Amino acid sequence: MIQYIIRRFLYALPLLIGVNILTFVLFFIVNSPNDMARMQLGQKRVTEQAITNWKQQHGYDLPLLWNATATNEEKVTQTIFYQKSVGLFLFRFGVSESGRNIGADIQERMWPSLALALPTLIVGLLVDVTFALMMVLFRGGYLEKTGIVLCVALMSISSLFYIIGGQFIVAKVLKLVPISGYDDGFSAIKFLILPVIIGVFSGVGSGARWYRTLFLEEVEKDYVRTARAKGLSETQTLFRHVLRNAMIPILTGVVVILPLLFMGSLIMESFFSIPGLGSYTIDAINSQDFAIVRAMVFLGSVLYVIGLLLTDISYTLVDPRVRLS
Amino acid sequence: MNIRTYISQLIILMILMGCDASQLNNPYTEDEGASSVLYQSFSERPKHLDPATAYSENEYAFIAQIYEPPFQYHYLKRPYQLTPLAASKMPEINYLDKQGNKLGKDVQDSDIAYTDYVIDLQSGIQFQPHPALAKNAQGDYSYHYLSEAQVQEAKTLNDFVDTGTRELTADDYVYQIKRLAHPKIQSPIAEIMKNYIVGFDEFSKEVALLQKTELKNRSIAGVEVIGRYQYRIRIKGKYPQFIFWLAMPFFSAMPWEADAFYEQAGLSNKNITLDWYPIGTGPYLLAENNPNRRMILVKNPNFHFESYPSEGESSDKEQGLLVDSGKKLPFIDKVVFTLEKETIPYWTKFLQGYYDASGIASDSFDQAIQFTGSGGATLTDSMAEKGIKLQTLVEASIFYMGFNMLDPVVGGDSERARKLRQAISIAVDYEEFISIFRNGRGVVAQGVIPPGIFGYTDTKEGINSFNYDWIADKVQRKKIEEARHLMEEAGYPNGIDPKTKESLILYFDTASVSIDDRPTMNWYRKQFEKLGIKLVVRGTDYNRFQEKMRTGNEQIFVWGWNADYPDPENLFFLLYGPNSKVKYGGENAGNYQSPEFDKLFEKMRNMDNNEQRYQIIQELQEVIRHDAPWVFGFHPKNFSLFHSWYSNLKPNVMANNRLKYTRINPLERTEKRKVWNHPVWFPIVLGLLILVALLIPAIHVYRRSAKETLQ
Repeated sequence: MIQYIIRRFLYALPLLIGVNILTFVLFFIVNSPNDMARMQLGQKRVTEQAITNWKQQHGYDLPLLWNATATNEEKVTQTIFYQKSVGLFLFRFGVSESGRNIGADIQERMWPSLALALPTLIVGLLVDVTFALMMVLFRGGYLEKTGIVLCVALMSISSLFYIIGGQFIVAKVLKLVPISGYDDGFSAIKFLILPVIIGVFSGVGSGARWYRTLFLEEVEKDYVRTARAKGLSETQTLFRHVLRNAMIPILTGVVVILPLLFMGSLIMESFFSIPGLGSYTIDAINSQDFAIVRAMVFLGSVLYVIGLLLTDISYTLVDPRVRLS
Repeated sequence: MNIRTYISQLIILMILMGCDASQLNNPYTEDEGASSVLYQSFSERPKHLDPATAYSENEYAFIAQIYEPPFQYHYLKRPYQLTPLAASKMPEINYLDKQGNKLGKDVQDSDIAYTDYVIDLQSGIQFQPHPALAKNAQGDYSYHYLSEAQVQEAKTLNDFVDTGTRELTADDYVYQIKRLAHPKIQSPIAEIMKNYIVGFDEFSKEVALLQKTELKNRSIAGVEVIGRYQYRIRIKGKYPQFIFWLAMPFFSAMPWEADAFYEQAGLSNKNITLDWYPIGTGPYLLAENNPNRRMILVKNPNFHFESYPSEGESSDKEQGLLVDSGKKLPFIDKVVFTLEKETIPYWTKFLQGYYDASGIASDSFDQAIQFTGSGGATLTDSMAEKGIKLQTLVEASIFYMGFNMLDPVVGGDSERARKLRQAISIAVDYEEFISIFRNGRGVVAQGVIPPGIFGYTDTKEGINSFNYDWIADKVQRKKIEEARHLMEEAGYPNGIDPKTKESLILYFDTASVSIDDRPTMNWYRKQFEKLGIKLVVRGTDYNRFQEKMRTGNEQIFVWGWNADYPDPENLFFLLYGPNSKVKYGGENAGNYQSPEFDKLFEKMRNMDNNEQRYQIIQELQEVIRHDAPWVFGFHPKNFSLFHSWYSNLKPNVMANNRLKYTRINPLERTEKRKVWNHPVWFPIVLGLLILVALLIPAIHVYRRSAKETLQ
């Protein structure tokens, strides 16, 4: 297995380089170093000299990808791409265009993101699976049909509606939780209740329908009929046999996103003023902070690769027939 | 106690720790006690807190409370006037000839080669407690030679436990001016100051490759320490507006120890920098700096004595603004700024009493404001019931529609182009714009100068007679027929371009390309359609738009300017030829050039405020009203809401250090918050009952099916 893991990491290297190049090219198609300088220096009294100084200070006075005036390997190394990207592979994220250390910011902001995303995932998974099992339990009846209609209705509504509606009803009208904000430690709980509920609620339509499909596929199989024939009740059949056998596709969906939980939720964090990595990325895009955008895209790619690897490993744990080679 | 009980009790305890049962929606966990805490918000995290680099409102909201320049704007007096802050008196201003000989006060401007500003400081002002100033028993600085382990252990500035202070001296102000010149600090005003402060440019080049810590031992020709509490700044020629710069945070005091401390290796990796942890002498110090979530200012224990002003405008006494005269500042112990990006939570928290003040977003405008029959704005009944107060203020800003004067169709000095611009100026109805898009929050501009700035007048003499008539003591926009007549005179009858025999096509360049901007763009199109002109909106992203502006590839655009200081020079310079954007990279975005205007401007800018200057300002206004390089849009009007417990409120667009004057009544706030925030439980209970009611038949169905025999 170790060989497999090493091989997968080696495969990831060209992938990460590719992602880096793509991010770099896309970013600089839209923004030139001059644009970045103007954005950082503000709109008032920005002179050409100030822009030149800014570019020099931040290392954006070099050519983008190829330095024709340099010699030998410096043609590659004396470029913005090389200077800004190599450190990423050592997880040195550098300094944002406004002067803050990105690594320190990421360390600080990933915890609020995780504090929101992890309970949303766990509670969401429990609710989705329970709801899906309920629909399967009452399949063919009015309860299943009502459940499906409800799922389709929930899926059809924008998540923004849930956020604004949830804030209005729960925080403004009922005054049960703060409408937005965040705090350290256990004090964060009261701020997280509403976004977690909204996160779960907005995902229950699609999640429950997906799991229902998986369970329905399983309940038609022979081993389920055998279990019933043994005299097991429907609930015992569903929870002991169907659920366990439906774990592989559930794991595929869940394990792959586990590392990405650190990356945060873009909209949710912004609406609830949660200082996570989602709002960090959005702010960076808005302020044309290439250093942060590049670091976050790189981190996202690495975490996704790790997520895929964890999924493969988890297969072997839940299904003895699967072996990594 | 079994493990399940233990866990459930722990969970309940955890939840209760963060909640006060009477106000479950309270976003604050700290107990205020009897202290006076002000709650505010910020929507964008500040980029810089170093006074040498900060230059935006959201940065000044913090640093203006922490740093002290030598002068400040008087809180109550109008028109705006400067008073000493860290200085003991207003500066002594001396004019000098080329040889450095002192000249008389009534000397010709052309004879003045240099101006000296001699500034005397108050003695006994102390810096806030700060690790950079901490000394050990031997008298050495405790944290100027940090070991790797010390740096490693530190996470925030508070991890450096020892703090120290020292007296503010003239050296600290001179040191800050040197910092402004250092290219590595990248002060936004460095390029401007090169034109004024003697030796600034040379010093900048001299220290370009040096560390900031070496600035202390270098000297700058035009800035000199005369005594412990006295320093002199020598500027080139005469520039009366320089004194306004001395009231901005750029010219605050900075101890050299700050750079000596923060420049140590490893601290910047932890974001422990001067840009994030200020060190000032002002009424507040930054106790918590988490720009991602919350910033907290607390009273500076070393703040020098400063009292609430005892003079103001005649109406100030009636409005209760002089009740605190002579009392020691500041009144508020702590200010909590919370990051709030979205308007809905921000507005809700204000209504719940968790923010003490609020602006008014468009979507909540109707809920807060209603207009009286005479057009005045008042609070709605629901706001009045809560005791909320409304404060309106016309900002020292202008938003205008500019013409690129280098453009062959709308630009240039020809009679044809001028009449075309004048016709457009009449047709674009900014009264309507303010009503539709700004909920009435604006004052139509009659020229460049906003209300409150010397030279502004709202009398008949102050109207733009090319666009407006004065009828029955009121300003009225000219009828569209007059604009059409001007179009005919310009050679575009009914908007028909004689070259193409079709509607004249003009191009509106903008970076406003979102779906929300469409109504505005359609409105602009309709304004031009009144003259038969087809307006083509060329939307691009902001970067491309800026590039068009720099290269002069735009035709018509909208732009704005927020005055740095209350002097007409800071607005008229937007039309001064040598400030042209394309030729010189200046702030004259429309590239307007008029020898007459430039000559008058050069004369006006160095004058003191007097009748002669006033007359020249009116002449300048007339020149640009005639040439119409801009459609003078509007001066934004700011509507702010304050709770009843907030007092000493007087609008002041120039002073950024207003916090120290304001006062709140925390007891009244606590009472009102309790009344406004009782949790409502019954819908939740009802919902749970409905859920149970739904589950009962489901369970019944399941049990019945489980008992059924297999077919």
